[in-house]
Amino acid sequence: MVGLGCASSRPVISKQTYLGPWGRPAHSAQTKGRRAVNGSGALGLSSAEWTAIALSLRVATVGALASLPFALGVAWLLARRSFLGKSALNALVHMPLVLPPVVTGWLLLIGFGQRGIFGRWLYDCCGLVFSFRWTGAALAAAVMGFPLTVRAIRLSIEAVDRRLEDAARTLGAPGWYVFATVTLPLSLPGILAGLILGFAKAIGEFGATITFVANIPGQTQTLATAIYSATQDPMGAATTWRLTVVAIVIAAAALLGAETLAARVARRDGGE
Amino acid sequence: MIEIRLRHKLGDFEILADFVARARVLAICGPSGAGKTTLLNLIAGLERPREGRIAIDDAVFLDTGRGVDVPARRRRVGYVFQEPRLFPHLSVATNLNYGARFAPADGKLVAFGDVVDLLGVAPLLERRPARLSGGEKQRIAIGRALLSQPRALLLDEPLSAIDDARRHEILGLIEKLRDAFAIPIVFVSHRVDEVERLADFVARIEKGALVGSDETARR
Repeated sequence: MVGLGCASSRPVISKQTYLGPWGRPAHSAQTKGRRAVNGSGALGLSSAEWTAIALSLRVATVGALASLPFALGVAWLLARRSFLGKSALNALVHMPLVLPPVVTGWLLLIGFGQRGIFGRWLYDCCGLVFSFRWTGAALAAAVMGFPLTVRAIRLSIEAVDRRLEDAARTLGAPGWYVFATVTLPLSLPGILAGLILGFAKAIGEFGATITFVANIPGQTQTLATAIYSATQDPMGAATTWRLTVVAIVIAAAALLGAETLAARVARRDGGE
Repeated sequence: MIEIRLRHKLGDFEILADFVARARVLAICGPSGAGKTTLLNLIAGLERPREGRIAIDDAVFLDTGRGVDVPARRRRVGYVFQEPRLFPHLSVATNLNYGARFAPADGKLVAFGDVVDLLGVAPLLERRPARLSGGEKQRIAIGRALLSQPRALLLDEPLSAIDDARRHEILGLIEKLRDAFAIPIVFVSHRVDEVERLADFVARIEKGALVGSDETARR
C-alpha cells in the first residue's frame, strides 16, 4: 500500500511515508507483491531485486559524481585558504557524519521537499523534483557521503607540495591554472579515494534516504532499503541473503577499483 | 638596477636590507640560516615584507608606502629554487614550457630550441622528472625559468646539490646567460669561487642586516 500511495499522490504522502517504511502491515503487503514476480531473473535475482540494485548504482553514481565539484571546492578552501568562518564551514561539512541520519533526512525533506525553500526554487528554475524520487535518494546519498569525500580530497590536497604551487606561480600561472595543472593532478589518488568512499557510502546509505524519499519499490527503493524491507518480511530471508551478497560484491569491487586506480596514478607520478 | 629596501620579520630576528645595486649579477652571500632564501622569496613575491620597496630596472614589484604589491605571477621573475621543484607528473618538455604560455608575446628573450641546445637536454624531453639525475633536474629547472621569458633571474644555490664536474658546467651556463641575455641575475651562494666568477656586485647578509658593498667581486 505504501508503494502505491506514494507513487500516485505525492503532496499527501509525507505523513504516510513517515510511518510507512516502519509499518509492518504495509511492508508485508508490499513484499508479497514482489514475491509474485520473484524467481525467474538473471543470476537467481528477481526483477524487483534487480530494480533495487540498478537504482542503487544509479543513485550512488549520480550522487558521488554530482557532489564531486562541490567537494573539490570545499576541500581546496579548507586545505589552502584561511578565512573567517573556516571552522564553521568545516563543522557544517562534517555534520552529516555525526548527526543521526534520520535528522539529515528530515532536514532534506524540509529544505528540498516540494514546499521547501530549495526544493521549490529548484523546481521553478530547473524542473528538478527531489521528494520521493530517485533524484532525492541521490541527493541524500551525496549529502551523507560529502564529509567522507571532502576529507579524503582535503588530505590529498594538503599532501601536495606547496613549493610546486609556488614554482608554478613564479612561472606566471594564475591560481586556477595552478590548481588545474598542479594541485588537481597531484591529488588525483585522494580524489579517486574520495569518490569511491562517497560512492560506497551512497550504496550503504539508509536512514536519510528512507526518511527523505521513503522506500518505494521501483522508484526509491535502494539496495539498503530493499534489504531492510526483506528483513521485515517473515518470508524474506532468501531475498536478504541474495541482496547481502550483492552488497558485498559491490563494496569489494569499489574498493578494489580504487586501489588499482590509485596504484596506477602513483606509478605514473613516480615522485621526484 | 636592483633596488631592495625592506624590513621583514623572520623568526627571532628581523631582516633589514637597504641598497641599490647597479649590477647585472648581484650575489648574496652569508651563513646558512641568515635569510638568503627568504630574501629571494620576497623578491619573487612568495613572501611579503612588513614594509619596503623592491624594484628591478623600472619595474616596481613592491612599494608598501604607495600600496604597490605586484602578485608573484605578474612579477615575471625566473626563480630557480634550491631544489629543482619540477612538476613530477609532467614530462620534461611540458615542464620546460609551463611558463611559456603566460609570457608576453612580444619581446621574447629565448626560444625553446635555443634553451634545449644551450642546456643539452634534447634527449631528455620525453622523460618524467623521476628519471633524471640531480644535475639534469637542475638544468631543466633553469631552462623552465628562462622559457617563462623573465625580466630577472633568481638563483638560489642552484649548484649546491651537484657534483663538481656538473657544477662547472652549470657555472659556465650561468655565465653564458649573463653574457647572452641582458637580464639582471640575483644569485645566492656561499661559495667564494662562484661569487668571484659570476658577480659584479656582492651583498652580505649577516645577523639579519643585508649590506650592499661596492666591492666588485668580478674583475
